[in-house]
Amino acid sequence: MTETNGSNGMISGSNLEKVLRAGHFAATGELGPPTSANREVIEEKAQYLKGIVDSVNITDNQTAVVRMSSISVAVMLMELGIEPNIQMTARDRNRIAIQSDLLGAAALGVKNLLCLTGDHQTFGNHPMAKNVFDMDSIGMLMMVRDMCEKGVVQSGDEMDVPPHFFLGAAANPFADPFDFRPYRLAKKVKAGANFIQTQIIFNVPKFAEYMKRVGDLGLLDDVYVLAGVSPIKTSGAARYMATKVPGMDVPDEYVQRMVDAIKGIPKEERKARRAAWQEEGINICVEVIQQVREIPGVSGVHIMAIEWEEAVPTIAEKAGLLPRPVV
Amino acid sequence: MIVAEQKPLEEIKQMVSHFDKVLVLGCGTCVTVCLAGGEKEVGVLASSLRMATKLDGKEVEFLEATVQRQCEYEYNEAVEDLLPQVDAVLSLACGIGVQTMNEQFPETLTLPGLNTSFLGMPTEQGVWEERCQACGNCVLGTTGGICPIARCAKSLLNGPCGGSQNGVCEVDPDTPCAWQLIFDRMSALGKLDLMMELEPMKDWKTSRDGGARKIVREDLRL
Repeated sequence: MTETNGSNGMISGSNLEKVLRAGHFAATGELGPPTSANREVIEEKAQYLKGIVDSVNITDNQTAVVRMSSISVAVMLMELGIEPNIQMTARDRNRIAIQSDLLGAAALGVKNLLCLTGDHQTFGNHPMAKNVFDMDSIGMLMMVRDMCEKGVVQSGDEMDVPPHFFLGAAANPFADPFDFRPYRLAKKVKAGANFIQTQIIFNVPKFAEYMKRVGDLGLLDDVYVLAGVSPIKTSGAARYMATKVPGMDVPDEYVQRMVDAIKGIPKEERKARRAAWQEEGINICVEVIQQVREIPGVSGVHIMAIEWEEAVPTIAEKAGLLPRPVV
Repeated sequence: MIVAEQKPLEEIKQMVSHFDKVLVLGCGTCVTVCLAGGEKEVGVLASSLRMATKLDGKEVEFLEATVQRQCEYEYNEAVEDLLPQVDAVLSLACGIGVQTMNEQFPETLTLPGLNTSFLGMPTEQGVWEERCQACGNCVLGTTGGICPIARCAKSLLNGPCGGSQNGVCEVDPDTPCAWQLIFDRMSALGKLDLMMELEPMKDWKTSRDGGARKIVREDLRL
């Protein structure tokens, strides 16, 4: 596996790292911070994830909407006994700020870090902001790896106490050009990624094709791939994801299943309709988890139940992911 | 070329309404080619402003002239004699021309009639697109002649990002993904292996980030 520099063979010694290195099928979750200084909502969402997943991603101003920062929420999660995966995008901070924030994160006990380019600010609520992108995700991975392994900041100056992060990156098997995607993953691994979380998968055969190419490139010896999964909430959501979200591939059969889920339930019975949809959405998610688990090279799943964290315990239970391993 | 477009008439009118006599000064180079500030545009704008200020009840007198290139002192000398006759100059040159006029003739205020937008080219009649960010360290040799700094919304050096779909940028369906273009060109040239190289992050010192730039050619100085 990837070179480790800890005395016990670990890079960061995080729970996620230990679970993966021990050969268990890992499960990570996700939490989106609030668009305000509301701390309570984090504690509310976190309760659904504690003990259900090995670690929890905290997004970084997701879709360029101003939210409480990833590192600050990481501290709150650690106080609740949950291991965080902080996300750092290149969109909002230059190399000085990124390195500074990461030194603080490391000092505060954060061990897992995802290096991302980030959604462009036109998606968010501050499209008029100055656009940073001092680097891309690959430049960031190279920089952070050197911080951890060589103990230097990007300028080459030495640090007496370097950080140690288990490094992650994102991969979108369904983006274009499809043929180049496995090579781009190769670049991320070469740049220092220890683990990958993919975008949400519904088209399992296409993902299997992608994983095969990744395997052919010999990457699976060097990186852990966690398949992104998500429960669909309504048939409208299914149709939206299938048609309007770039980089998402939702097969018709899943859209149809969501539509069929509420057959026979009158429109006015909102609660019953919602319950029927949610049950089917969770079932589809569980099936996808079971299917991707069979694909060679898939080391775990990354469960993204955006604004529906309550669904995660049910999904984990039904997919046979519980209890989580204690390492 | 530098690409610019005229400010909205209302905004220009507000700027010139404080004065009694204004010289509308065009430029014969970039802004003529992008049909924003050449001799023809000077004539049209001056007429519009005469009418507009008259309707507002405070008629402003407008003179018209165009110089070869407003960014060079020697060409601006051609209008030097007109300046004592006016209260201000409304320049239809790019921001460089406006500043040159203000530097060269500090006793006269020269105002911007255009919004200077980008360095680009005409891709079809009536359409201009950005091509260069003047980053000071050209990488076109490694990207098949397609600029990732100017044409990629995130200025990626290791693109494409996950938002590239059907050859289109996630920011705008009318914008091609620069890295799809680079991938296609490099594939066609048989140089895809260059795209497998890890590009380190850019040194932005040569770009605007390092401060306002200057080039000195000692071999050319007098």
